[in-house]
This record gives sequence, C-alpha cells and structure tokens, in this order.
Amino acid sequence: MIAQNFEYTAATTLDQALGMIAQGAKPLAGGMSLIPMMKLRLAAPERLVDIGRLKDLNYIREEGGAIHIGAATTHYEVENSALLRGKCPLLADTAAHIGDVQVRNMGTIGGSAAHADPSADYPAAFQALEAKFVLKGAKKERSVAAADFFIDTFTTALEPGEIIREVIVPVEDQGVGTSYQKMVQPASGFAIVGVAARVRRSGGKITFVRVGITGLSNRAYRATSVEKAIEGKSGSASEIQNAAALAAEGVDANSDLHASADYRRHMAVVYTTRALAAALARSA
Amino acid sequence: MATTITKTDLLVGKRIRRREDPRLITGTATYVDDIKMPGMHYAAIVRSPHAAAKIRSIDTSKAAALPGVAAVFTGRDTEHVGPVPCGASLPGLRVPHHHILATDRVYFVGHPVAVVVATDRYIAADAADLVEVDWEVGTAVADPEKALAPGAPAVHPQWPDNKAFDFHQEHGEIDQAFAEADVVVKQRITSQRLIPTAMETRGVVAEWRAADRALNLYSSSQIPHLLRSLVAMMLGLEENRLRVCVPEVGGGFGSKLNVYAEEALMGFIAMKIGKPVKWIESRRENFLCTIHGRGHVDYYEIAAKKDGTITGIKLKIIQDLGAYHQLLTPAIPTLSVLMMPGLYKTQNIRADIVGVFTNCVPTDAYRGAGRPEATHGIERMVDMLAAELKMDPVEIRLKNFIQKSEFPFPTATGLTYDSGDYSAPLMKALATAGYEDLRAEQAKARAEGKLMGIGISTYGEICAMGPSPATPAGGWESATVKIEPSGKVTVLTGCSPHGQGEETTFAQIAADELGCDIDDVLVVHGDTSLVQYGIGTFGSRGTAVGGPAMYFALQDLKAKVKKFGAMLLNSDDVTLSGGQCIDNKTGATKSLKEIAAASYRAMQLPPNTEPGLVSTHFWEPPNFTFPFGAHIVVSDIDRDTGAITIRRYIAVDDCGNILNPLIVDGQIHGGVAQGLGQALWEQAVYDDNGQLITGELMDYAMPRAHLMPWIESSHTCTPTPVNPLGVKGVGEAGTIGCSPAVVNSVVDALSPLGVKHIDMPLTPEKIWKLVQGARQ
Repeated sequence: MIAQNFEYTAATTLDQALGMIAQGAKPLAGGMSLIPMMKLRLAAPERLVDIGRLKDLNYIREEGGAIHIGAATTHYEVENSALLRGKCPLLADTAAHIGDVQVRNMGTIGGSAAHADPSADYPAAFQALEAKFVLKGAKKERSVAAADFFIDTFTTALEPGEIIREVIVPVEDQGVGTSYQKMVQPASGFAIVGVAARVRRSGGKITFVRVGITGLSNRAYRATSVEKAIEGKSGSASEIQNAAALAAEGVDANSDLHASADYRRHMAVVYTTRALAAALARSA
Repeated sequence: MATTITKTDLLVGKRIRRREDPRLITGTATYVDDIKMPGMHYAAIVRSPHAAAKIRSIDTSKAAALPGVAAVFTGRDTEHVGPVPCGASLPGLRVPHHHILATDRVYFVGHPVAVVVATDRYIAADAADLVEVDWEVGTAVADPEKALAPGAPAVHPQWPDNKAFDFHQEHGEIDQAFAEADVVVKQRITSQRLIPTAMETRGVVAEWRAADRALNLYSSSQIPHLLRSLVAMMLGLEENRLRVCVPEVGGGFGSKLNVYAEEALMGFIAMKIGKPVKWIESRRENFLCTIHGRGHVDYYEIAAKKDGTITGIKLKIIQDLGAYHQLLTPAIPTLSVLMMPGLYKTQNIRADIVGVFTNCVPTDAYRGAGRPEATHGIERMVDMLAAELKMDPVEIRLKNFIQKSEFPFPTATGLTYDSGDYSAPLMKALATAGYEDLRAEQAKARAEGKLMGIGISTYGEICAMGPSPATPAGGWESATVKIEPSGKVTVLTGCSPHGQGEETTFAQIAADELGCDIDDVLVVHGDTSLVQYGIGTFGSRGTAVGGPAMYFALQDLKAKVKKFGAMLLNSDDVTLSGGQCIDNKTGATKSLKEIAAASYRAMQLPPNTEPGLVSTHFWEPPNFTFPFGAHIVVSDIDRDTGAITIRRYIAVDDCGNILNPLIVDGQIHGGVAQGLGQALWEQAVYDDNGQLITGELMDYAMPRAHLMPWIESSHTCTPTPVNPLGVKGVGEAGTIGCSPAVVNSVVDALSPLGVKHIDMPLTPEKIWKLVQGARQ
C-alpha cells in the first residue's frame, strides 16, 4: 500500500501544468482513482502535476445559455451548487450519489470523467445531458460531445498531453423533470447500474426525453431506443415499462461478483423504469 | 485533610460513559503504528502471488543492493525459528510444520517468503518488489468440498486426501430417533468465509536491548501473555527476557487472538540487526494473511414427532481450515458441535467434522467462533421443521425449549447449561414486535402480492471461556488490586480489553466494592512487565472471568483494609462501608486514605499481617456461562430487484446481570452489525486458482452505518450462578442471534414462492433469481 517514488509538482498556472503534461507528467486532481492505483502499484507515474488547486479549473458559471463547470470542481461543490440545483438539477443529484462524503470532498468532475470508470455515476448524467467536454492541450483546445468522449473502459477521447478544462451542461428548459436512479454495489459504492433521465411532457404527450445509463457495459451510453419508444406517448406506467424494456438492448453487459450480466440487464430495465417515472413526476 | 467518602449510590448497573472514549475519538490514543523509536527500521514482506507453488530459488541481491536496505531474510535464514504454533489438539490431528517464512513451498496467496528491512518504509516496499522468486506453479484447490473429492490436488503433498482430522461425537439413541421420527428434514447450510476486517490492521514493533538481553515486542493483540510465552518459545528466548506490550487495539474480533509469523519474525529481525523494527500490515495483507472466520459447509438432519417435538439432530461439518492451523483453527468447529442443540431439549445427537486443508489463508476465531455457525444451522432447521409441520415458528420453539425449572441442564453435547428462562426474551420480543399484528399485516400483504417476512431466532451461546480443562491454554483469569499509599486504587487485569470497555466497568465494580470514587480507580492492562500473567479477551470472557478474578481480589483486600481499620480504631468490631471503616460500637471512622497510608507507613501492624494493600487473585471458573436471547427481523423484499429492506430489528438479549447498560447496548449494536454483514453482504471469495477475488474493500462489502436498521434492544435478566457477579458475557450475542433471524425472515417472505432455504449472503441477485424462478 505504498506507492513507488514519484515527483510531485503543484502547478500554479494551467499553462505550466499543460507544459509538464506534454513532457509526460501525469495530471493529479482529486486523486480518488489515481492514488489508490499507485498505492497498489498498478500505476507508477514518475511525475505528477497537481491541477486540483488551479483556480482556473474551479468554477461553476452560466454563460450563453449553458453551465460551465471547471474540471477541478469537486463533487461536493457540484452537489451543493445553487446554480446547478436550480438550472441543471440532474447533475447535482447525480453528484450526491457518488462515493461517500470524503470522496465527494476530494474527487473532481474532470477527474471522474477522464478516468472513465464504466461504473461511475456522472457519465449517465453526461450522456442524458448531452454534455460537452472542452479538452485542452499545450497548443490547442477542442470540444467533444459526451457521446464521442467515452470510448471504452478507462478510455476516452483525450489525447496524450490533453486534459479536460471544463464540462458544459445545458440549462434545463422550463418543465423538464429529471432523475438519477442507482443500484449501489455495496462494497465500492459504484453503480451496478445507474440511470439518468430527463423528460418533458406538454399537452399530455412526452415531447422531450433523454436517458443515460452507466454501469451496465464498458461505457455509459444514451439509450436512444428507450427515448424513441416513449417519445410522443402519454407516459403511462405500461408505456414507461415497455420503453424501459429496451434499455439494455444490444448492449454487451458486464458481469462480476456483484452482478451477473443477466441481472445487470434486468436492473437496467428496472432502474430505467424508475428514473423515467421519477423524472416524469417532477416534470411540469 | 482526610477525605471522608460516603458513597451509597452504586455505580454498577448505571449507564456510565466509557472512560476509554475521549482518547479514541480525539485521535490521541497510541496504536502500534504511533510508536516511534530512534534508529527504527521498517520491514516489508515478500508474499506469494500463487496459492500453490514450489520455490526453485530466491534472488535477493537486487533488493539487498538498494541503498537504505539493511537486511533481507528468506526462509533459509529463519528455519530455526518457530514453528507458528497451533494450540488446539484433537485425536489424530495432522499439523503441518508452519515456518515463519516459507522454505520450499507456498500454500496460499500471501504466504510470506522473504522480508526486507530498510531505513524507511518506502525503501522497504521498493526493495520487496526487487526480490526475485523463481516459482514452479502448482495446482491449487480452494473449495473444501472439491478438496475432498478423489483426485483433488494435495495442499500438503504428504496428505493427499487433504484431511486434517475427522471428529465424531454422539449421544443418546440417534438411529432410533430417526427411525421412529414422523418427519425428517434435511438441508445443506453454508456459513461463508468472512474477513474480520478490524479497523486497525495488525502491526508489530520489536526492540532488542542487547545490553539487557531483553526483547520488547509491541503488537496489536488480544492475548499479550500467551503471545509472550509462545513467541519466546519460537525465538528460543527465555520467557522472562521478552516483554509484550499491547497498546491501543483497533478491533480484534478474534483475528488478533492468535500468534502470527510476523510477531516472531520482527523479534528475529530486531535481534539480528540490533535496531528496532516496525511492520504495519497493509489492508491487502490483512485480507490475504490475517485469519478468516467461518468457512462451513454443514449437512443437517433433524428428526421430529408430528406434534413438533424434536427427537434428534445429525450434523456433518465440512470445515475449510485453509492451508495451516493457526492458534485455534481446528478447535473452532468443535465449538459448533457443542452448541448444536441450541436451546432445545433433545438428547439424541450425532456430529461429524471433517477438517479440510485448502490453498487459502487459515480460518480461526471470528466473533462468535463456531457458535454463529451452529446457531444459524439449528435455527434454520427449526424453522424448516415448523414449515414442514405447518406450525408457527414460535410454537415449535416453545415446545422444545429447555424449561426454566430444568437448570442446570446437561446437554447432549456434554455441557451443563447454567441458568435460563428461554421463553422470557422470546415473549418480550414478540410483544415488542406486535407479533400477532405483524402476522395479520403479512397475510394482507401476501394477498396483495407483496413479499414481507417475519423471522425469529432464539439463540444460546457459550461464554466466559472457560474452565481450564476445556481450553487449550488455561481458562482462568487474573487480577491484582492495589490500594496505593495515597488511597488511589490500581487494578491490573490479566484479560486484555481492547474496546470492550473494562477500563470503565472494572472501575465501577472496584469503586462500588471499596466505596471510593470511580475516578480514583485506574485499570491497567496489556503489558506483561506490569501485569501478572493473564489469558486475554476473547470468547466473551473479559468481564465474566476477569471480573470475578478482580471481585475476589477485592474481597481479600477489603478484609485486610478492615484489619488495618480495626487496628487504627482500636476496635474489634468494624465494618467497611461507603469508603470508610466504621467502629460499630463508637461510630468512629477511618477513611480508606488514612488506612492506606497507615498500611504502607507500617508504624504498627495488625497481628499476622504484612504491610501494604495489594491482593492478587487467579480465578478458575467452574463452568462456562450460557447467555441467550431472541431476535426478530421484519423484512420487505423488492420483487423487481431482490433488494431486502430490514424494516424492524428487535433484539432481546439475556446476558445475566448488566454492569453498564450503555456498554451492553454498544456490544449488541456492533454484534448485530457484524451479523447483518454475514447475512446480507460479506463473503470472502477465492477463485479456483486460490486467488482472493474479494481482496479489497472495493469488493468485500462491509456493513456501513447508513445501512444499519434501528435496533430495538432490550433485555431480560437471568443471572448466572457460575460467578459472584452474575454476569454471562455479551460480546458475541448480537452476531450469534442475528444471521438466522435475518435469513428466517427473508425465507419467510419468499415462502409463498416455495422457497425453503437460502445461503448467505442474501444478495439481491440471489433473491431476484428465486423470485424469477418462481415466476417460471
């Protein structure tokens, strides 16, 4: 439980950090995934550059009809942000489900996204919110949609030398109800499955729906077949159930000690049903 | 100024806050890892990544060359040390030689093969990675039933059948009972391997004082004196040259009721390098190398008459021992046999144990040690029998209970239950639960398709371990009570409390007996150079055996105080009351403080009386004690997910007299938490290659505070005649009573679907599959 030797630098500017990362340093933010890997000697980076203290990466602000969240913003800050609670409650609700108080006080939104644990909570919300990731390298900056960002287990669209600078989520339109529903793996607190849903109903019909699912497979995904099946419907219990039944369709489900593939697929359906129902109940 | 203490209000029985807690909750307590010494070195242990392998060779040259490394030792260097002792003896027991470092073979993942000593713990960890072992990997077997199958890989090549022992015990007319039974119920019941997971992992500091030829050993242990005797033997050091100090212990639960390779290894290193050395176990090492608990596969058969009278019980235990015997490994399942009739009268039993070697870390005592397994088995079987006979689980228990008038009761397994009133806690629990209303609610819920369960367990246990002839190392306990010249009172207890609260409860008893202020009493323990030989804390014995030892020492001391008081008062008729000696004729008094001062000043002595006020007592208990109780669990099952909600948890425990209800509450709460852990979440899982899949807290699911139900805890009180305090012990009750109540509740909830038994842990997936199976 002791890491190998490494050099540690607390970056004072983002440019300094990016310069070091371009030279091969590994970025450290909250350390909730990297430090345990290092202590187990599963990871042994020679140089760490701490970006968790950079003020440039710690903010939650509304700009141009969207909410921009600096990558080093902690889960606790997201959970308790009045701006997010008011204008993008799904993200704040999801943050409240992550780990425990200690983890939420240390872990960061950018760190979680960059680690891309297939059972992490945030990615379900990122998919449902169609979040955008602003990625910055020493030379250029680019924006990647959530659908393209999460590629595989622990694999993202980040290129060598790049870090996440910010995450952009939408300001919810009037009348949209949201919910994150999660079955917890009892040891780790990660999601066996977690489902994020956004729904708006107007004139008795569902006019807008987004569903993101994490924990089921190698990466979080948007359950578009569920969305298509429920859109235009009134949102009765049976309609929700029929649509949710498609949640795991075509998905190669994970299997481990805590949940077999079959069970996970079934839980994806159950929790999609619950997330849709809860989101609908909160919609106008 | 002489203080006159007049205390009439007794402390025993009061909810007094634990005096241990301020230092624990402010982080100022001293644990092994807090000990720092000049010149201290640090050890890191190289462990086997394989469950079964031969060591072709070990190359330590790269590790030894790393700057800061003081020494590297392998099994060749330590062959003369040890072996790691097994204290249990059974007829025909096969005992593998347990080197402190493997010499030519390894038998489980985590088996220590070399140790690196360096000037700091980071260098030690780096150097351990540089030790190169050339392995010839063999085939492992991790499942005890697979290990017994013909052709299974041999854990120890000299014993190809993988059996460490066969044990048989029977009583009464068991074959006749089964032949004449109206109904026989059979069930295979497992009690899965658990990882004790004390909050503080193990740790050892060893300091060799060459000039004094003295070894100081600091270890996180439940048994300092036994550790001293056994480590001295392992090291070939005279016992009186070894001092064992147990500082604060962050949880033991049986896992530190042991003597481990590392304890002798650190002593060996300190003596070799002439520097103090520290080793602190990592959590991963704790999971891989500290003993596990349970590990039973039990085959039960229960015979009964139509009216529900139980006429006989058969039990075959397949005990997963792991690769070696630790201190008590083979003895643990024999406790299950002793406990197998539970609270029921039947005199016809047959028990067999097959002790099986597997390529896993050894099992040994874990909270309850053999009794939870037995209680789980009998309480499940009684419920299954009730279901078979369509009887209420309450009715069948009341029918078979040993009656209040029948104590002392000789059991079929050779015990004599001391005292009991088994229906009392059951009736109280039923009243608390509102049993009739719950059954009515359940009938309604079932009609609506809901799955609601009501589970009962009525448990008994064996505490106050125990009479010496029934224990491997002596079952007495010791105490010294000293009244210092100033009148302050020092208690040295041979039991080594580590969280159970005896620093508080023993002070309560001493203050009551002497009539002094509780703050004048200091309870000291855990240092073999300060405290007379003692046995330790385990098996719910600290208060129930250590308490009486102190009580009798106090009686001797009080007699001596009265002698000095009579002398000072020039009276031949005195009583000791409220902290003073009173002349019954004149009413004149002398305070404890005045008497203490006079006894040490010794200007004058009573006839045939030595100076000073010190008394030591070694108390041999005439019997175990047998606490009991009833737990009721109300559960709701989510059909869609299989998730279980414990809606209510009612615990009525009878542990005899209660010295401090606050501490008893804490023991029940902690015990129930660990029982729920086994029932719902925890399982140590090895794969077929002997790799521990649940090797991290990320995969081994411990009970968490936010998952705990509210525990509706109350008591009945049936004092034991075994000791003068009337106390029975309560450290393990919660754990023992819990798991069958939970499983009985969930099986009850699922019984409309035809479910008769479920093995622990009751994971949602397991429950969901049963619900799904019933749908098809």
